[in-house]
Amino acid sequence: MKKFLSVGIVLTLVMSIVAGCGKSSASNTEFFIGGIGPVTGGAAIYGQAVKNGAQLAIDEINAGSGMNGFKVSYDFQDDENDAEKALNAYNNLKDKGMQILMGTVTSTPCVAVADKTINDKIFQITPSGSSVDCIKNGQAYQVCFTDPNQGAASAKYIADNKIATKVAVIYDSSDVYSSGIYTSFAAKAKDLGVQIVAAEAFTADNKTDFSVQLQKAKSAGADLVFLPIYYTEASLILSQANSMSYAPKFFGCDGLDGILGVQNFNTKLAENVLLLTPFAADATDAKTEEFVTKYKSTFGDTPNQFAADAYDAIYIIKAAVEKAGVKPSDKTADICAAMKSAMTQIQVDGLTGSAMTWLPTGEVNKDPKAVIIKDGAYKAY
Amino acid sequence: MILSIFGGYAIIKVNKNQRGVDVDFISYLIKGVSLGSVYAIIALGYTMVYGIAKMLNFAHGDVIMVGGFITFTAMSTWGLNPVLSVLLSVAFCTVLGVAIEKIAYKPLRKAAPLAVLITAIGVSYFLQNLALLVFKADSKSFTSVINIPTVSMFGGNLMITGETIVTILSCIVIMIALTIFIKKTKTGRAMIAVSEDQGAAQLMGVNVHRTISITFAIGSGLAAIAAVLLFSAYPSLSYTSGAMPGIKAFVAAVFGGIGSIPGALIGGIVLGIIEILSKAYISSQLSDAIVFGVLILVLIVKPTGILGKKIHEKV
Repeated sequence: MKKFLSVGIVLTLVMSIVAGCGKSSASNTEFFIGGIGPVTGGAAIYGQAVKNGAQLAIDEINAGSGMNGFKVSYDFQDDENDAEKALNAYNNLKDKGMQILMGTVTSTPCVAVADKTINDKIFQITPSGSSVDCIKNGQAYQVCFTDPNQGAASAKYIADNKIATKVAVIYDSSDVYSSGIYTSFAAKAKDLGVQIVAAEAFTADNKTDFSVQLQKAKSAGADLVFLPIYYTEASLILSQANSMSYAPKFFGCDGLDGILGVQNFNTKLAENVLLLTPFAADATDAKTEEFVTKYKSTFGDTPNQFAADAYDAIYIIKAAVEKAGVKPSDKTADICAAMKSAMTQIQVDGLTGSAMTWLPTGEVNKDPKAVIIKDGAYKAY
Repeated sequence: MILSIFGGYAIIKVNKNQRGVDVDFISYLIKGVSLGSVYAIIALGYTMVYGIAKMLNFAHGDVIMVGGFITFTAMSTWGLNPVLSVLLSVAFCTVLGVAIEKIAYKPLRKAAPLAVLITAIGVSYFLQNLALLVFKADSKSFTSVINIPTVSMFGGNLMITGETIVTILSCIVIMIALTIFIKKTKTGRAMIAVSEDQGAAQLMGVNVHRTISITFAIGSGLAAIAAVLLFSAYPSLSYTSGAMPGIKAFVAAVFGGIGSIPGALIGGIVLGIIEILSKAYISSQLSDAIVFGVLILVLIVKPTGILGKKIHEKV
């Protein structure tokens, strides 16, 4: 037994020396991008999509002219949607010589990792960490909208596409996500001339009867009801609106994504519901079609919003690297500083939005996209 | 009293609008009565058990949830017809109610009231977690068993759903049937006797254990009916769905005077109306606070509830 142990220790030591060698040799000729996200556990579906989406983009870049002329190596590590495991994965990647971090996928680990990257001066971009806290220390950049920004984006979308002029809002005042979106929606709607005729709240303890809120929306003459809430309550609202023969347009955020999966839910009720989501796999633009075809043939699965976010994240890194003119032989801290100043100057057309630009805070500025539910499926609007 | 305040408000609204009737107000009132009817049916379970066994059955709300799941499974998973599903659910809940009483409460008949109360909370958690285990955490969409078209009045301004009509009618029928049952049948009179004085009733040859079992059976069967009405109107079903309606109905029972059957009816309806009207005219997020605030006021003025019996303290 002791012999085994000592052999094991020797092997580990040898391995670490080999790994150390790998680090120095790789860093001069190619960029090393690390990725972190949940590949196993409850949020695995998100992490897997990000891992694959980024892989697709990196393969394309390596097959083409590379990033600023250099090839890219990529390592994606599992964090099981756990902050502590994310830090372990981060340290592991750092030891391997990571120069740029694409991650993490979910908000809580992302906040923890952003506290590390700011000290280690490693450039970080998160494809899908949507909490405001992900970017609060000014280190990470986001590909997705922050939660409250979905409100402003929804108002803009409604105004730009002239979907409605009189809007009612039903939101959960006991939930940060929902009330945050409502606040930013209300502020933006006022600027854009979208009139909020009824703003009705509910709380976690009183979330089954929406007949009063709907009645008030109806009496106020709202032609659209904005639902910055999760799909369980939204399914109730849709069915109660139906039973009182109230048929306005319904508009929601990413919380509504999943409404078609509610067991025994009559998907006819969700017909024509609009929801703000950056990516619809059946959109007919060339870029999306090409991405979906490639993704399907490589991974045998239809890509979701997270895969598209990750694909964009890699191309955003490419744009920033080329704008900053950094090389793999540069110091990681220098790469980070140069890329951070490049981020506010670049403009990227991606799958999840065209003409994406970034604020120095890390927030993305892009045109919102929406999908509509038709025949029980999400379709590009 | 409260009704008259809202009634007065209605008249003011009517005069102000000069349209003859304020359609919105009537619509809210009907919704309130409908919601209140569900509370009243659930409150019956609390009030009967309290009146007869002198205990608070906090697991009653979760029996509603179980009733909802049984109907859901029978109808949506097995594809049974709605009437059969409801009957199955009523039968299941009746048996469940009796079983809970036999297993959890009967051994504690002589124990301190606090021990029974804690046991009831335990049963409540047990039912919730069992449902979580069997049906998982995600909420299900309940298909309405009521297939009556919505009645439209005032040129489409007032919509009364089939669920609302059936709920109010069911409540009236149940109240009348239950009153007749208690007044006219031997079992019913035995219930009154046990509620008046358990010891004396036993001496007079009333089977107390059997009477209490029947009470649980009726209360739980009614819970299954309440479940069908509740989830037909608000079709989201999850393992915690019974908790809040259960608490509200308990409040209704206390409000009307716990132990009193007409009290449960009045308490339930008043509570439903206050909840809906305060949501409509005061604040949609403060409605619960207002409901519980009114309860506190009523209890300060009349500690035994609206129709509660006076308790004579022995000096």
